[in-house]
Amino acid sequence: MIYEDYIKVLYIDLSSRKIRIDHRKDLTEYLGGVGVASKLLEENLKGDLDAFDETQPIVFAIGPLTYIFPVVTKTVAMFKSPLTGELGESYAGGRLALTMLHAGYDAVVITGKADRPCYISISKTDIDIKDARALWQISSDDVGRIIRERETGEGKRSIIRIGPGGENLVRFASVCVDTYRHFGRLGLGAVFGSKNLKAISIIGDRDMPIKDFKSYFKVYNDIYKRATDTGIMSKYHDSGTPINVEPLNLTGGLPTRNLQAGSFEHADSISGEAFAEKNLVRKMACTGCPVGCIHIGQLRKAFGEGYEYESMNVGYDYELIFALGSYLGVKSSDDILELIERVENKGIDAMSTGVALGWATEAFAKKLITEKQTIVALEFGNTANYVKAIEFLADRENEFYRMLGEGAYRASEVYGGQDFALTFGRNEMPGYHTGYGSVVGFAVSARHSHLCNAGYSFDQTAKEFDKEKLVDSLFSEEKERCLLNSLVICLFARKIYDRKTFTEALASVGRNYTDEELDDMADRIYRTKIRIKKACGFSQTDIKLPRRLFETKSMTGMLDETTAYELIGMFNKKVEELMDKP
Amino acid sequence: MARILKTDGMKKCIGCFTCMLVCSGLNRQNHSISKSAIRIKTSGGLSGKFVANACIACTGERACAESCPTGALDPRPGGGVILDSKKCISCRKCAKACIVGAVYFDELQNTPIICKHCGACARYCPHECLRMEEVSDDI
Repeated sequence: MIYEDYIKVLYIDLSSRKIRIDHRKDLTEYLGGVGVASKLLEENLKGDLDAFDETQPIVFAIGPLTYIFPVVTKTVAMFKSPLTGELGESYAGGRLALTMLHAGYDAVVITGKADRPCYISISKTDIDIKDARALWQISSDDVGRIIRERETGEGKRSIIRIGPGGENLVRFASVCVDTYRHFGRLGLGAVFGSKNLKAISIIGDRDMPIKDFKSYFKVYNDIYKRATDTGIMSKYHDSGTPINVEPLNLTGGLPTRNLQAGSFEHADSISGEAFAEKNLVRKMACTGCPVGCIHIGQLRKAFGEGYEYESMNVGYDYELIFALGSYLGVKSSDDILELIERVENKGIDAMSTGVALGWATEAFAKKLITEKQTIVALEFGNTANYVKAIEFLADRENEFYRMLGEGAYRASEVYGGQDFALTFGRNEMPGYHTGYGSVVGFAVSARHSHLCNAGYSFDQTAKEFDKEKLVDSLFSEEKERCLLNSLVICLFARKIYDRKTFTEALASVGRNYTDEELDDMADRIYRTKIRIKKACGFSQTDIKLPRRLFETKSMTGMLDETTAYELIGMFNKKVEELMDKP
Repeated sequence: MARILKTDGMKKCIGCFTCMLVCSGLNRQNHSISKSAIRIKTSGGLSGKFVANACIACTGERACAESCPTGALDPRPGGGVILDSKKCISCRKCAKACIVGAVYFDELQNTPIICKHCGACARYCPHECLRMEEVSDDI
């Protein structure tokens, strides 16, 4: 808690409908965010039980700099992932972090299962578990509107909610945060569904006097200037993350048609520029971010004769364009927006959905599955059929779509084609086929994500390939990001928040740390995450890489399977050394 | 020349809330957005427009000042009012009198939050939504 020597944790048990508030001094050793959430997850997790067991916890946490410094905007959620069966960790922006701060909680732990659909309402003076029976199976968009109208606190409120995908326990269902942001990956939405939890509304407006205004505002100003005046952040504001489409395509790192290729002949019409020129109508920001990377595109669709149109505003980002665009051979920005809109309404992760459908499309072409299973023909570029498939998937229409909702890994175990089901530790791949950095990075990262250790960035910037250097870079980045994610900064601002900067920011609000203390903290947090993975039965040595990674040329050339496993082995050794440290 | 805040670029707002953070911080040494004299709200959820509620710098007759029984609000040259908190008895009549709803109340300090037209919010606005305008003294 800012200016206090403890972390304030709110526990809500949905089974007993009991709440508890703890002031935990010991948790300050974990800084905040992912550090605190990891510790709380470890304490409450039942590693051997199913992710949907009602005793499993969901943990949300913010950090010591949340909202009061520019671009420190995220909330971390941790849980046992129903998709991978191990460590679940996901981040979302929007207003959630601001409202948790102003409601007065550093972390929230939710356990148990409500006896009927409910939503939780949290404010600085009350916590209530409310009836949501009538909201079940309603799209996440409509639920947001209904709760908005029922609850007070306009402008100081965050509403996070699931759609039908989460209720139907699709293992990669997402949680929508304030319309345009998400806890997208690893299936938090399904964990909500398993608890009969439709939504959470948080209102925050408590009084927070600044202790030392002069030192605080000096650091604030310095960071604000770098975020707005220098070029560090401009790419995120201008074209936004879709600016990546073009360079990745040119260098052959843009996964295309279920990674049968690394570049897409229609990349020009789905690039950041194409979206900006054709669809962009608005940019938005998470609260506390003067950059504003959220890009909203407008999709206009005719629904009848006589110029009858409906229009929809849909947020778009690079990863969604890759997963529902090039990966499925979908070649126009309008079509991609239509698929994003469908995924949004159903409340499932766009990346996993695209990659799972990519596998299904190739399996369909190879006749491992037929139209009897898929209901509609799955063909690269066939948007209309993909729209239907997304609905079948979220609604678990038949046995095949039920399996697909278990993730591409499990579906390919049943129907075949595991060599071209692009998953890492059962999590569907992100949009980078850049080299050993991406492949090994996804495989070894705590949550099998590109954002844990930035291997894809190593591939793009390293002058030469050196095994030691790559493994060292992945390992040190994985650890440093344990700190950044404990502050819960937006990782787009990682170049602004170097050690010196965030140490000064922490000191200005009364938290002084030496470099050594921060190193120890990073080790402590990373070790906690590794322990959680082990408690869930995950072993890094069991990781299996799909063959396709070695059949399609990456940005840095063809990759060799033996080398990839060798690198994973080298990384594992480093992890073991860390775990053996007293 | 006096300067007043203009919020006529709000169609460009990205909803970062930096103006509120800076206003609360600079003017009330507080991290809470509820201490800000300018309030950004959405109309119709996040897919709706952002709107700003702030003092529109009335000239001539100022309803908030008129409603004040103790004379704690004095006309500010160029528009708006200046609060003399020593005279304020926390009756909240000014908040009720402001037709645009731009007088907020600090529940802990028990005083109204009156915009000083200091320009901090405009200075920190990253997207040209807020600006300061030079106006002539109306008093």
